[in-house]
Amino acid sequence: MAARRSRYLRVHMGLLFAFLYLPIAVLIVLSFNDSELATVWGGFSTRWYRELVGNEELIAAIRNSLIVAGFVTAISTVLGTLLAIGLQRTVRSRVLDSVLFLPAVIPDIVLAIGLLSFFNLLRFTLGLHTIVIAHVVFDMIFVAAIVRTRLGYFDRRIEEAAADLGANPVKTFLLVTLPAILPGVIAGALVAFTLSIDEFVIAFFNSGPTSVTFPIRVYAMIRFGVTPVINAVAAIVMTLSLLTILIALRLTRPKGEGATSVGVTA
Amino acid sequence: MSVAAARTRRARGRRVWGQRFVLLGPGMTYWLVFFLVPVGVLIAYSFFRRGPYGGVIYEPTLKNYARALDPLYIGVLWTSVRIATVATAVALLLAYPAALFIARATSRWRVPLLVLVILPFWTSFLIRTYAWMLLLNPAGLINKLLQAVGLIDEPLPLLYNEFAVTLGLVYAYLPLMVLPIYASLERLGPQAGEASADLYASPAQTLRKVTIPLTLPGIVAGCIFVFVPSLGNFIVPDLLGGGRTVMIGNVIQQQFLQARDWPFGAVLAMSVIVLMFVVLAVQAQVLRRTQEVEDGRPA
Repeated sequence: MAARRSRYLRVHMGLLFAFLYLPIAVLIVLSFNDSELATVWGGFSTRWYRELVGNEELIAAIRNSLIVAGFVTAISTVLGTLLAIGLQRTVRSRVLDSVLFLPAVIPDIVLAIGLLSFFNLLRFTLGLHTIVIAHVVFDMIFVAAIVRTRLGYFDRRIEEAAADLGANPVKTFLLVTLPAILPGVIAGALVAFTLSIDEFVIAFFNSGPTSVTFPIRVYAMIRFGVTPVINAVAAIVMTLSLLTILIALRLTRPKGEGATSVGVTA
Repeated sequence: MSVAAARTRRARGRRVWGQRFVLLGPGMTYWLVFFLVPVGVLIAYSFFRRGPYGGVIYEPTLKNYARALDPLYIGVLWTSVRIATVATAVALLLAYPAALFIARATSRWRVPLLVLVILPFWTSFLIRTYAWMLLLNPAGLINKLLQAVGLIDEPLPLLYNEFAVTLGLVYAYLPLMVLPIYASLERLGPQAGEASADLYASPAQTLRKVTIPLTLPGIVAGCIFVFVPSLGNFIVPDLLGGGRTVMIGNVIQQQFLQARDWPFGAVLAMSVIVLMFVVLAVQAQVLRRTQEVEDGRPA
């Protein structure tokens, strides 16, 4: 009885993974398809990858996205890490946690038009800077959540030892606390970077004509004339984000710790 | 209390406040200025007249709200709630057994399994949705496969309808359903189920009367993580609905970027915000109840 049930669960799990990964696999396979038609197999080819390199609009969009993600990662890593330590140590309040987490829960379109209205009110010109400001709002929260996971494993007695040995709070933070939680901070930064690079809705509403980011460009390509170049772009993006996130997840827990939360502590 | 003790306590109090200020100050200030204030501005905009090229004219009015009561928009909102609800239910049915499987796996396997579940979620939403356009279109893999095995003669209309939109939403947010349910199951541990089995409950009874009620907080959290972003989504209906299945997110986008009627778009966004707070209130209620059951007080 129990064996039959566990077999049922195993099959279910297998099918679920097929559901999750089949679309990604198909996308990667089709990116090597020689045929113009996205749905007919015409033999193996890397021509779409070569065409991609010559697509100047796309390259410009990638450059914009890298600039945005760079700034976003730097700012949200600092703000998020401080926030994580503050929430872990000074105010333990579930209400405050959930309220601060709202930017990650609220549908992105609401945040997008809220910021657009706000920038309009202040007469900000839209551009890369407005996208940076917007992305930090939710990226900071994700960094905080990830760093907190790592902080949960931190033994505060080593900080007390540092203080006993005469280190001031700043020194203790830089020489003791930060190195101990650094893997978590790096994980948070990697996730922040990926989220910013891939973010579409908020960037779509808060970008100007000269600040087209990579997802906005991809959206235009999908929406107006699907060419197999998109498959090549998609395959690259998928592979890169999967790798980045795998590294980030590895860094969230110290070696040998059990499974508690994998990058999401919401 | 001696003077010295009072002084130390005051000094400690100051230090804690100083710490709070340095650690929480920057993040919370950012949160206030670039999250709370913008949402406030949006709410305020919903009470003004539309500007000619977007933006608003500062004349208070309730006309935008009256217009939102038009059956057309109520219909769109209803469609959105319906699709988001179905997507949430399907995701729950898929996620619960998976979470159960992971929770019962040996500790060696749990982390890899969880990582595999969450991994797609962190990748480009846009591209994951696009992948389904390739799979569902009339000449796509699914139709080809079904035709090859002779189940169908003509391609099924899988793309550009409510089915495709619901599927896309389930696919997008499924990992967010598995994680909180798994966390709940892990917290519960195997003891409750074993006790139930010792009292001669069948596995089905144990699941229905013990495991599911005690993991309700995880279920509700998962449902919120799927329902709320589904409700306001506009990429999935845009790409997989092909303009035929319109959700509230599409109308908000139209109002802001094409019709340039920001106040009306803000009113529609308000409906999403209100619905979000309704489900969050339901969650708070469920959490309170479960806590009472766990504390042994009558529910």
